[in-house]
Amino acid sequence: MMKGLKKWRLFSLLAVLTVFLAGCGQEELSTLLPAGQVGKDQFKLLMLSSGIMLFVILVVVAIYVVALIRFRRSKLGEDFIPEQVEGSHKLELVWTIIPIILIIILAVPTVYYTYKLGDVKAMEEVNDDGKAKHLVVDVTAKLYWWEFEYPELGIVTAQELVVPTKEKIYFNLKAADVKHSFWIPAIGGKMDTNVENLNKFYLTFDKESEGLKDGVFYGKCAELCGPSHSLMDFKVKTLPRDEFNAWAKNMKATEDAKSVANANADGEKVFQASCATCHAVSGAGQGGAPGPNLASFGDRNRVAGFLEHNEKDLKEWIKNPQKVKPGNTMPSFENQLSDQELDDLAEYLLGLSVEQ
Amino acid sequence: MDLNKKFTPETWPEHPERATLEGKNKFVGFWLFLGGETILFATLFATYMALKNKGPSGFGFSTQELYQLPLVFVMTLLLLTSSLTSVYAMHHMKNYNFKKMQLWLAITALLGLCFLGLEVYEFTHYVHEGFTFGNSAFSSSFFTLVGTHGFHVAVGLVWITLLLFRNAKRGLNLYNASKYYTFSLYWHFIDVVWVFIFTVVYLMGVIG
Amino acid sequence: MSSVAQKRGFGAALWDWMTTVDHKKIGILYLIGGGFFFVVGGIEAMIIRLQLLKPNNDLVSAGLFNDLITMHGTTMIFLAAMPILFGFMNYIMPLQIGARDVAFPFINSLGFWMFFLGGVFLNVSWFFGQVPDAGWTSYASLSLASPGHGIDFYAIGLQIAGGGTLMGGINFLVTIINMRAPGMTYMRMPLFTWTTFVASAMILFAFPPLTVGLFFLTFDRMFDANFFDHQMGGNTIIWEHIFWIFGHPEVYILILPAFGIFSEIFSIFSRKRLFGYPAMVFATVLIGFLGFMVWAHHMFTVGLGPTANAIFAVATMAIAVPTGVKIFNWLLTIWGGSIVMTTPMLYALGFIPSFVMGGVTGVMQGAAPLDYQLHDSYFIVAHFHYVIVGGVVLAILAGVHLYWPKMFGTMLSETLGKITFVFFFVGFHCTFLIQHWLGFWGMPRRVWTYMDGQGWNTANLISSIGALLMAIGVIVMVINIIMTTVKNVRVGNDPWGDGRTLEWAIPSPPPFYNFTQTPLVRGLDTVWIEKQEGNATGLTFAEPITDIHMPHGSIIPFFMTVGLFIAGFGAMYHQETSWGLPLLIFGLAWTFVSMAMRSLKDDLGYHVTKEEIQADINNASKGGQN
Repeated sequence: MMKGLKKWRLFSLLAVLTVFLAGCGQEELSTLLPAGQVGKDQFKLLMLSSGIMLFVILVVVAIYVVALIRFRRSKLGEDFIPEQVEGSHKLELVWTIIPIILIIILAVPTVYYTYKLGDVKAMEEVNDDGKAKHLVVDVTAKLYWWEFEYPELGIVTAQELVVPTKEKIYFNLKAADVKHSFWIPAIGGKMDTNVENLNKFYLTFDKESEGLKDGVFYGKCAELCGPSHSLMDFKVKTLPRDEFNAWAKNMKATEDAKSVANANADGEKVFQASCATCHAVSGAGQGGAPGPNLASFGDRNRVAGFLEHNEKDLKEWIKNPQKVKPGNTMPSFENQLSDQELDDLAEYLLGLSVEQ
Repeated sequence: MDLNKKFTPETWPEHPERATLEGKNKFVGFWLFLGGETILFATLFATYMALKNKGPSGFGFSTQELYQLPLVFVMTLLLLTSSLTSVYAMHHMKNYNFKKMQLWLAITALLGLCFLGLEVYEFTHYVHEGFTFGNSAFSSSFFTLVGTHGFHVAVGLVWITLLLFRNAKRGLNLYNASKYYTFSLYWHFIDVVWVFIFTVVYLMGVIG
Repeated sequence: MSSVAQKRGFGAALWDWMTTVDHKKIGILYLIGGGFFFVVGGIEAMIIRLQLLKPNNDLVSAGLFNDLITMHGTTMIFLAAMPILFGFMNYIMPLQIGARDVAFPFINSLGFWMFFLGGVFLNVSWFFGQVPDAGWTSYASLSLASPGHGIDFYAIGLQIAGGGTLMGGINFLVTIINMRAPGMTYMRMPLFTWTTFVASAMILFAFPPLTVGLFFLTFDRMFDANFFDHQMGGNTIIWEHIFWIFGHPEVYILILPAFGIFSEIFSIFSRKRLFGYPAMVFATVLIGFLGFMVWAHHMFTVGLGPTANAIFAVATMAIAVPTGVKIFNWLLTIWGGSIVMTTPMLYALGFIPSFVMGGVTGVMQGAAPLDYQLHDSYFIVAHFHYVIVGGVVLAILAGVHLYWPKMFGTMLSETLGKITFVFFFVGFHCTFLIQHWLGFWGMPRRVWTYMDGQGWNTANLISSIGALLMAIGVIVMVINIIMTTVKNVRVGNDPWGDGRTLEWAIPSPPPFYNFTQTPLVRGLDTVWIEKQEGNATGLTFAEPITDIHMPHGSIIPFFMTVGLFIAGFGAMYHQETSWGLPLLIFGLAWTFVSMAMRSLKDDLGYHVTKEEIQADINNASKGGQN
């Protein structure tokens, strides 16, 4: 009987464990499968704190269950008057000191990692030739899209962050309109983009995004910013350093390119007439445009940050952006562009690429 | 409690404001209320400190150029004196001297009114210079902090005026003694807040 | 009293309730008002969960969803949880300390009407179609950018309701300081009274910052001020600090009275003195104190720098110690006791594991670097629902069952009560446990919908089903209340049989003057002590039967609040209409004149004579009450 019980316990433990392991979420956006040093540090802290906390819960539940079994009135009789114990200094001391010890065990690494992850001194470091030692990306959050500027490289992109793997990448974070928060769950914790100051932090990307389900990590806006807060996604492409350099070079090279190789000329005309006031197709230069930079649009994974990357969804978006992403600042083109123009424009946009 | 019970200075209790349960409740409750008010003003002070001299790009106002110490100094004197006169009034209340208490409280109110008049003058002056409420974060926080104090003074004036007139004919009793006393507490509190405003806003603004 | 009121007809009864200054009636008004808003907030929650039932759902629009989450949070915290707890504090605390009323009955009534009309003001926004939509925290950049009058309703409605709360807090403090019965020393006060005391002190210091913050917001939105407009030199982080300097103590203001209710329950239904009473009192005070030192842990990701984050992280963790002391003292209270599974006890027993889980996830988020991941994800949603539902709401439901017979003289059905508990408790864990994992899996909070293919579908479905179970539980409770009221089986002084404190030694419901004679308190759990010594009534009196002084009712509190209500609309519309400013002035003047009337007209109350009291005592003993 006892043996059976033990087996049953083992089995349920295994079952719980399986559920737990299955509960790690998806690689491209789960904090439980960290793909960068920052996320790994935080995951360590998560494991440590969960361990301590599970211990606390177990102790409480154990006392609780025994008390419930042993001291029921149905067992003790209706007339039983328990001894009116006032308390016990010894016991109370025990459950004051043990929690303090547990807290200290957690507090020490907490303080250590707080300083470690908050250390951005290296941002200012320069090489002998006066160039910044580390890659710095300026992130600007705007109503429902993200702009990524690489000031040292003189390039700018949007919606899809491209970074090299296995090195510290530093970020300058700010918001252009209302407060947002920059979060790539699988890589590391978030930091707010405030309207009045620049926030700085770093992340490292250990894993290339190529092998992932969509070939990208998922990024999220984590601060309520209006109706389309939930749709303010971005994606992160991580490349080995040499591929990143090539990408950056191609981006820079779009500077003078008035048209791309296999561009739809009619689509380009439509673009110049209707879109160019807000959107740039050159990835060189600085940020600050009213609309996302589209230089690498064809290489991206999503339309508007979250729609499927195909012609149908793209046209849907251009026709009626308010319906897709309420509250964004792009006007509707439903009555301004003919079907033919829309087809041409979509083809042109999907052809914008720096990776071929 | 009997409103018509007559007292003599001999039968009048040592702490008339706390002689009844209602009075005691008012006494404790008002102290607690002032505790809350302290936090309120602390928040306003902290905000003012954070937003001092902050404005849109090209903002032309600063504490050094804006404030005029002589005027504020006169205001400070007026309010400090009014605090003293309210102490006299409470002294006479304890001695069951209703007439003198009323007189000193009237003087207190008069001084408070002068203070408020000067503050209105000061504010109008700033507004004429273009330093309006909506001009900048600095102006918003300044007018809110100092204005909240001014509002408290105004409330105190209305309060004491009502008390003076309401009780003019019937004299002191244990029912209104606690009302007079809480007013004097309030008035001291306003005075203390002003001392902080004078120091933090004006002195540190001009000198610091 | 209520039966007398019924005879006088509906109008007279309504007038009676609107003018009442009796702490017991005001307590019931708080419960009714809070209960109403609890249902409103619950319906909002159900719509939220229905919207998130499946990916890409479009049951409600994105804008409406933000309205719903904002109003759900605001309603539940300010208009449901707080007022219901205020209801218990109002009703029970004066009885526990042997008082005949609170210190300021008039202000008590004013506090209630300010809460209620403030809540109505907030919810009227639904009829204007311009609803607060910046979250219950209403962070400044978004709340300034929000179009329409939604946020105006938030700022002014909360201002009115918050003023009422502050008055209530001061009132309770003075009551406890000045009006305890002879022998009721501080260290003999029942724990519910103690938690009321500490929570009230926290209200006193936490609400003024909220008042100031809401004024800033009002000024910025309606009067051209620039506190939070960074282009004019303002700073939005100031709002965050002010809000959380209020907001963090606020959650302790909610949980402490809940602790108090559970302390009473554990003691009563284990027939045992609260274990380590002095430590419990000390822990309560310490939690109240530390509650003011940790607000920035809501702002770890704002960018305050590692030093600030580290300090606030450690301070936050420190709160776990006094809370742990409480949990273990409760466990040791039932240990060695005689546990009986009544409905209130079931809630109390359900509370322990639920609240511990909410507490430990709080410590996890106190670890700042880990919080960078957990902040604003579904993990935090799970955490605060575990402490607020698993702590406060379970306490409220427990309190309703525990004190119902005392307040209305009739017992809620135990069977239905237990069914409510099972549905609510299972539903609660089903809804929120899985949300911890949603947070781990990268789901941000306050999202209107989510895309398919992120691995969140099943978990969200489970969560929504849980919400449905909770709703069923609440519906069963409403049925229970209706059935009980219809049946109306009367009960005696101590329907649970093991009452330990003064409220269980007087009739249910108590006469309007509470105690025929002021009781003498001989120790902690004085009624229990008396009964153990063979005094079946549980009371020893400190005075002979004398005339009792009682305050008059007044309609002025209601009128004062109506003035503020009107002024609110004036402030809101003064920029776009010509009638706004006059209306604002009219409303404020109305309030002021009402206040002056109160001040100028002497109101010395009246006396209940010895003879009337003696008659009541005789009646009660004839009525066969024990």
